[in-house]
Amino acid sequence: MGSTPTVLVLAGGISHERDISLKSGRKVADGLSSHELTVEIRDPDASLIGFLGDSAPDVVWPVLHGASGEDGALRALLEMLNIDYVGSSAEASRLAWNKPAAKTLVSRAGVATPASITLSRDAFRELGAESVLETVVDALGVPLIVKPAQGGSAQGVSWVDSPADLRKAMVHAFTYSDVALIEKRIQGVEVCVPIIDTGDGPHAIPPVEIEPLSGHYDFEARYTAGATRFYTPPRLANEILEALSAHALDAFAAVGLRHLARMDFIVDSEGTPWFLEASTMPGLTETSSTALALDSAGYDVGGVYAALVEASRTTA
Amino acid sequence: MMSPGSGISLDPWFDNYADRAAGLSASEVRALFAVASRPEVVSLAGGMPFVSALPFDRVRASVDRILATEGATALQYGSGQGLPSLREKILAVMAEEGIRAGVDDIVVTTGSQQGLDLVAKLFINPGDAILAESPSYVGAMGVFRSYQARVEHVAMDEHGMIPAALTERIAHLRTAGVPIKFLYLIPNFQNPAGVTLSATRRVEILDIAKENGILIVEDNPYGLLWFDSPPPQALRSVDEGGVIYLGSFSKTFAPGLRVGWVVAPHGIREKLVLASEAAILSPSSFAQMVLADYFGTQDWKSQIDTFRGLYRDRRDAMTTALAAHLPDVEHTDPAGGFYLWLTLPEGLDSKDMLPRAITELVAYTPGTAFFADGRGQRHLRLAFCYPEPDFITEGVRRLARVITEERELVETFGPAHSEVQAAANLESPPPEVV
Repeated sequence: MGSTPTVLVLAGGISHERDISLKSGRKVADGLSSHELTVEIRDPDASLIGFLGDSAPDVVWPVLHGASGEDGALRALLEMLNIDYVGSSAEASRLAWNKPAAKTLVSRAGVATPASITLSRDAFRELGAESVLETVVDALGVPLIVKPAQGGSAQGVSWVDSPADLRKAMVHAFTYSDVALIEKRIQGVEVCVPIIDTGDGPHAIPPVEIEPLSGHYDFEARYTAGATRFYTPPRLANEILEALSAHALDAFAAVGLRHLARMDFIVDSEGTPWFLEASTMPGLTETSSTALALDSAGYDVGGVYAALVEASRTTA
Repeated sequence: MMSPGSGISLDPWFDNYADRAAGLSASEVRALFAVASRPEVVSLAGGMPFVSALPFDRVRASVDRILATEGATALQYGSGQGLPSLREKILAVMAEEGIRAGVDDIVVTTGSQQGLDLVAKLFINPGDAILAESPSYVGAMGVFRSYQARVEHVAMDEHGMIPAALTERIAHLRTAGVPIKFLYLIPNFQNPAGVTLSATRRVEILDIAKENGILIVEDNPYGLLWFDSPPPQALRSVDEGGVIYLGSFSKTFAPGLRVGWVVAPHGIREKLVLASEAAILSPSSFAQMVLADYFGTQDWKSQIDTFRGLYRDRRDAMTTALAAHLPDVEHTDPAGGFYLWLTLPEGLDSKDMLPRAITELVAYTPGTAFFADGRGQRHLRLAFCYPEPDFITEGVRRLARVITEERELVETFGPAHSEVQAAANLESPPPEVV
């Protein structure tokens, strides 16, 4: 490519994860600046499209979490504007953003994913909450985890240990999204596997085991430094770690992702990795597991970010 | 960062924090307030004074004058108790509410929040009881918690704290052997409820406090911001020996200068000065001198009149919009100040509802922020001080939609039966969020 690209980092937005996005965006910008790239950070708003036309950045990095950032909408617009960007395509983002859709694709690729049901708010209204929830508990048992079908940072997520807690969990999830995923909760070791592709094919970064001190990797455990312990490598047998990396790459390919993603798994007592979800723009804050995984594996994080920018110029 | 065998902690000092740091954690609710700073969102959450109504040219004249004539003093350390020239102006401000004091009775602080912190530092041992209204100011809850106090909420109604409930609570605590250190009150246009303590009850509460040997901390940032008639006399104007008074320029001028004050009985005041010097050495000389100049040369009373009219219009916009869009929802009807307290229909939880509100581009503060014991789910605070009246109307319209949707959800699933729990984290909007 030759010349040093100018990069527009988009951070903030009006999603529920705005705060996290602002923090991630600043870390990405710092990393890129440390590698001599010309970086500007911008909060996307109604002036963005005009700004893109006027400023013509070489690459856009949408470090946007949540709706419009990860649901593919903004990326689709960037594609229409023929602007290179870091991250998965609009189509793949749309699939990954929808947790049930991603689970289906990954499952078809032969990777285990916990049994679940996806239910809209309207379904409960039409069919009656009591009978629907009874059916769900009969089929999936407890414990369960209830999530908004879209979204990140564990916002709207509830860990359900008793059928009596399920109503409250549904209300919590439906406050964030009109569709909820009720998933059988696998007991085991929580692990994330970042995948990086800087142009020479996707690589699984050595996984990180996540042990929240509270027992649940909720918002507080994710973003309070010290509230979670991380293990790199995870306290798992080598063959399990190898299987994890292989499954993470399979899942990455199944959803059609590119450049950067974080694949979340839980490993049960039998050593089986279960795919939970994929994040197409994982958190890159000071407490984010992706940044920790890169750092622990010996990567120069800023260098990886710069390489991703370079890769986006050849693939977009 | 690495600790062999125990994994990696991103805060290696995590186990070293004092007990008083409990609750200083990331919060899902607090993170949502970040969206409230976007222009698309109507924020009825933050209590930001509408400082754009200030005469900036005259403020700039004060700043220029100070820098031109006393710049070296303004940029130097100052007295721990605060500049005498400003303390004189504070006397004039307090006289508007019937408070008489001497220049030496005043301790200038970095906002009245620092005054509250100093008072708490002087008096609270872990486990001591602080009596407070129900609900009470979220910033006070945070301070009291940081000194590990046990906050005991006393019931209130549209006339403020109920004296009989106060008597009952004192008796209960005394029987249990819990030391009561002070009674914290916001008598005028209370934050968050917007109600004012009646004149009769002021007398009764002063009597109860005196009979029981309980100090009163009177926090009065809104007293001059009445809409139709002034509130009853300040408690400090009646009792000089049993009341610590907290005052502030944040609402009558601007919070950006961070200047407040404490008026306290002699013995307490001496300790406050020493405690303040230990904490911050001295309040900002520059900010104090700008304020002293402004209040010495400008018609600050007319400016307060301007604020009164402006906030009255916004209160009217909010109550009119509530009557139009949420006619069956109960709320208080404030006669001054910044806030209105709303009671949600049965089964709704204001904290649970906040993400939906953010999606609908309206923000409020959940009622749970104003209780130390996790109560307040059915309530929320609406601030009418910052948005223009049209935005307030639009914000209430959006809130009505949110409540309708949440009602449907609760009808589908039944009311949430969550146990009342002590608030885990600080879940108020950050100061800069509107």
